[in-house]
Amino acid sequence: MQLLGILISLLAGGLLALLCDRYASAAARWISLTSLLIATVLWLPLWPQAGADASTWLIHTDTVWVQRFGIHILLATDAIGSILIGLTLLLGYIALLSSWGEIKHRVGLFYLNLLFTLAGVIGVFSAMDLFLFFVFWEVMLVPMFLIISIWGHENRRYAALKFFIYTQASSLLMLAAMLTLVLLHYQQTGLLTFSWFALTQTDTDSTIGWWLMLGFYVAFLVKLPGIPVHNWLPDAHTQAPTPGSILLAGILLKTGAYGLLRFVFPLFPQAAAEFAPIAITLGVISILYAAKLAFAQSDLKRLIAYTSISHMGFVSLGIFAWNSLSLQGTMIQMIAHGLSSAALFAIAGLLQQRLHSRDLNRMGGLWQLAPKLSAFTMLFSLAALGLPGLGNFVGEFVVLLGSFQVYPWATAIAALGMVLAPVYALFILQKGFFGPPNELVQNGVADLSARELLMLGILAVGLIILGFWPNLILDLSAAPIHHLLQRGG
Amino acid sequence: MQLLWLIPALPLLGFIILVLTRGQMARQSARLVGVGSIALSAAVTLLVASDFYAQNQSQLGFTLELWQWMSAADFNAGFSLYLDGLSLSMLFVITGVGTLIHWYASGYMWDDPDYSRFFAYMNLFVAAMLMLVLADNLVLLFLGWEGVGVCSFLLIGFWYKDPANGYAARKAFIVTRAGDTAFAIGLFLLFKELGSLHIQDLLQLAQIEFSVGANTPTLIAALLLGGAVGKSAQLPLQTWLPDAMAGPTPVSALIHAATMVTAGVYLIARCHSIFLQAPDILLLVALIGLATLLIAGFSALNQNDIKRVLAYSTMSQIGYMFFALGVGAWSESIFHLMTHALFKALLFMTAGSIILALHHEQDIRAMGGLRKQLPVPFWCFLIGTACLVALPPTSGFVSKEAILNASWQLPIYGPWLWAGGVFGACLTALYSFRLIFMVFGGESTCQPEEPKGWQFHPPLLILAVLSLFGGLLVLPAGAVLPASPDGHAPLLAELIAIGLPLLGIGLAYQIYSRGQWQQLRHAPRLSHWFEQGWGFDSLYQRLLVQPLLALSKINKNDIIDQMPIQLALVSSRLFTIFSRMQNGQLRIYVASMTAAAILIIALTVTL
Repeated sequence: MQLLGILISLLAGGLLALLCDRYASAAARWISLTSLLIATVLWLPLWPQAGADASTWLIHTDTVWVQRFGIHILLATDAIGSILIGLTLLLGYIALLSSWGEIKHRVGLFYLNLLFTLAGVIGVFSAMDLFLFFVFWEVMLVPMFLIISIWGHENRRYAALKFFIYTQASSLLMLAAMLTLVLLHYQQTGLLTFSWFALTQTDTDSTIGWWLMLGFYVAFLVKLPGIPVHNWLPDAHTQAPTPGSILLAGILLKTGAYGLLRFVFPLFPQAAAEFAPIAITLGVISILYAAKLAFAQSDLKRLIAYTSISHMGFVSLGIFAWNSLSLQGTMIQMIAHGLSSAALFAIAGLLQQRLHSRDLNRMGGLWQLAPKLSAFTMLFSLAALGLPGLGNFVGEFVVLLGSFQVYPWATAIAALGMVLAPVYALFILQKGFFGPPNELVQNGVADLSARELLMLGILAVGLIILGFWPNLILDLSAAPIHHLLQRGG
Repeated sequence: MQLLWLIPALPLLGFIILVLTRGQMARQSARLVGVGSIALSAAVTLLVASDFYAQNQSQLGFTLELWQWMSAADFNAGFSLYLDGLSLSMLFVITGVGTLIHWYASGYMWDDPDYSRFFAYMNLFVAAMLMLVLADNLVLLFLGWEGVGVCSFLLIGFWYKDPANGYAARKAFIVTRAGDTAFAIGLFLLFKELGSLHIQDLLQLAQIEFSVGANTPTLIAALLLGGAVGKSAQLPLQTWLPDAMAGPTPVSALIHAATMVTAGVYLIARCHSIFLQAPDILLLVALIGLATLLIAGFSALNQNDIKRVLAYSTMSQIGYMFFALGVGAWSESIFHLMTHALFKALLFMTAGSIILALHHEQDIRAMGGLRKQLPVPFWCFLIGTACLVALPPTSGFVSKEAILNASWQLPIYGPWLWAGGVFGACLTALYSFRLIFMVFGGESTCQPEEPKGWQFHPPLLILAVLSLFGGLLVLPAGAVLPASPDGHAPLLAELIAIGLPLLGIGLAYQIYSRGQWQQLRHAPRLSHWFEQGWGFDSLYQRLLVQPLLALSKINKNDIIDQMPIQLALVSSRLFTIFSRMQNGQLRIYVASMTAAAILIIALTVTL
């Protein structure tokens, strides 16, 4: 029941925040914090034990929802889901901390959307009924659309609409594929069900399986995002308010990766294996192409957005290489990217608040004026370029190590991203922080406040722990990944 | 030996303390932390070394497992330290020379407003470098490898207000990162072929699984070599080192002379049995070393910035180390690494004193006659140069003679390689004494104010003594590395090898003493080309940097984004066209309906 409890506490917290907002402006924040705390307390017992039996599902809630179509409220997680839910909650706090000073109008409505997004994402990570999964997939989309279009920056309408159309069009494909799959299963067994556990037994080795796989793949590739369907992301990220960017980069992208991991291979082992070379090629192109685009940008948020695409290319590569090493690496990469991209977006937000600009060409010389902020930026930039000792390195290294066993050439080309990453990461430092003080910073810049220090400190500590003790995660994800590998052939 | 972990941990602790106090600490305390942590680490190294010698006569390796770092599927990398003769030799160099340079730097940087940040970076560098040499698996080695690269970046760009320094720093990082990528791919291939990245396992497996000269070991060795040439500034990734001189001089001494740039040599020596299975690559190592030492020698001859002369000379001396590795003189190479660390640190620090004395003047054309005004730097610099030129009986002589001697033994190519090495030695003498004559000879033209005190002279004098007599030291690296070729070069060859540097000195005296160099106008174009490092920079600029920049400028707005934009455009055009049809004019409706009806009927009839 904990999963249901987490969802309810977030949804109820959101509604309560909206209602109380008219009485006291700070109430919405504290209510959100409380509901996040309740959710965290409920989540804590879900922290998986290392070396657990591969087939154990940590929790299992199953209630009939629509009898006639075999739709259930089926919530379950294994270690993969639990870890990602943990990441979601953590970044929920970060988003809350970053919104504390930034969001000033329609505060209650904002927190409603924030908490609903979190609930949607957690639902996605725990729904094992495909229909329910789809519902949560939509639940996380709409509030995020509102966050961008109401609290975003100058070009928010365009960005929000683009985000919505891309995601909605692709999830329609997924819905069609999903329904066909259910009918296929019905044809084979005479049983109408949306349960993941049942559907993974469906025989999908036919041509139709190939098309269904593609339907799911496109939906997840848009979310990941991967080239050539990535174009919503730079706009959405640039225009979203800071907490929105944090959630978007930190966890919404991970739902795409999670979908590939949980659905594409286990449901369509044959088709996915045949499709892997194409997906891997796209992944490698994502890594290099997006990195190249990143260092052409002078808008800080846009730059970070492109680095996200580049880093998620490693996730594509790791998942489609489909061996335990590459998948383990993917888990680390997802968490590390969640923390580091959230941190970079948070920093971009702090700079925008102080300088009212995101233009790197007009910054410069911040090191002198805001040493703490600069030191954190340096740390997170180094994480983004894959410095060993920070989480991202472990993720990329293990992914590449694993995928090299299967696709040596593609991996070797992907590794060239190691040369491009410092070009953009060091560009941020040089343009923004080194050099003489530029026009925007002439009037001085405030260094980090205690709240901001806490926010960035949590993320920094997380990345360092992940960099030096990645086994904390690797030990947990080993068993469920082994389990997935068995299902996914 | 259980204290081994303290050796990298102490500098790391120093870094953490300095970072957390965020420069709020008093200068004196920052100095205590910054220098003290390295000195303590050196003391622990001595303790561990005495243990190492006392406890195991056979000098077997000792592994200290700290914690499991990453383990996934059948891949396993521990946070484990490994001590053997080779890593112990490196520990001596890093902590020993490192302490002296930190000591010197505490005076050199005293007036800098970012004193504490400087020592934070320096301590982090030493910690990373120690991890590099103590790592028991290649992933952990890679951690140190990248760590030193970042610290080098931070320290080259230490004076961040000048964008030129930032450019030099980024160039150093990105160029070496190109090599690191090859290194990383080499690791993936090693793991694929041998199923482990644990160094000692690899060394054994390589001998069992690989046949000599087969494709796989050749490819792996080539990829590892890619990493090594990047870090050690050898051809073709050497271009970053001269620009790296933008950093403070103690940084040049520590990172870009004594320790980090020799990491490539260490890597090859560490992975020797893989390279032994790839004789072609080993020959390539020798040729790269030889080519670099000659190219760098010619460039050094044409530099006018005292630090850039030394930078090219470092490149050239590391060329000798590669040369030595390639000809199978493994322990001689490490020995030269050690002696070079001593005398090059001495040269850089002395150059730093001269630069301070002349108020940050680095152009040797503006110097001259400093022999009388700066006696201590003069003698120190002379001793360092004597070592560099390999004049007997200095340490440089001992190590370089051993290398040349070994190269002679190599079948077929031996004497040719030897001749190249000896010519390089002559070139070294020429450019080194050019420096001596131009800086210290002739008439004095300036009023230097020499920095004095306990932070300046003692470290220089200690290093001078070590440089002179370092040839007597015996490093424990020999037990780990393959034996060098036996035998001696003929007496005549040895005499030539000793004589040619003297010839170079004589030549330098003829040309550069008494200020005659001012009238020199020999082949200005060629000399300019040498000065610019043989045009490698502009070649890479045109071949790689500019096309990439142009490409990213052209595609700044992401061509793929045109897909949705055009789609939106087309649909809005279609919308305008179709919406025009619905204009409320009945006659047009009737006309189009009639036209369509006729068209449909016509189509049905014809088909």
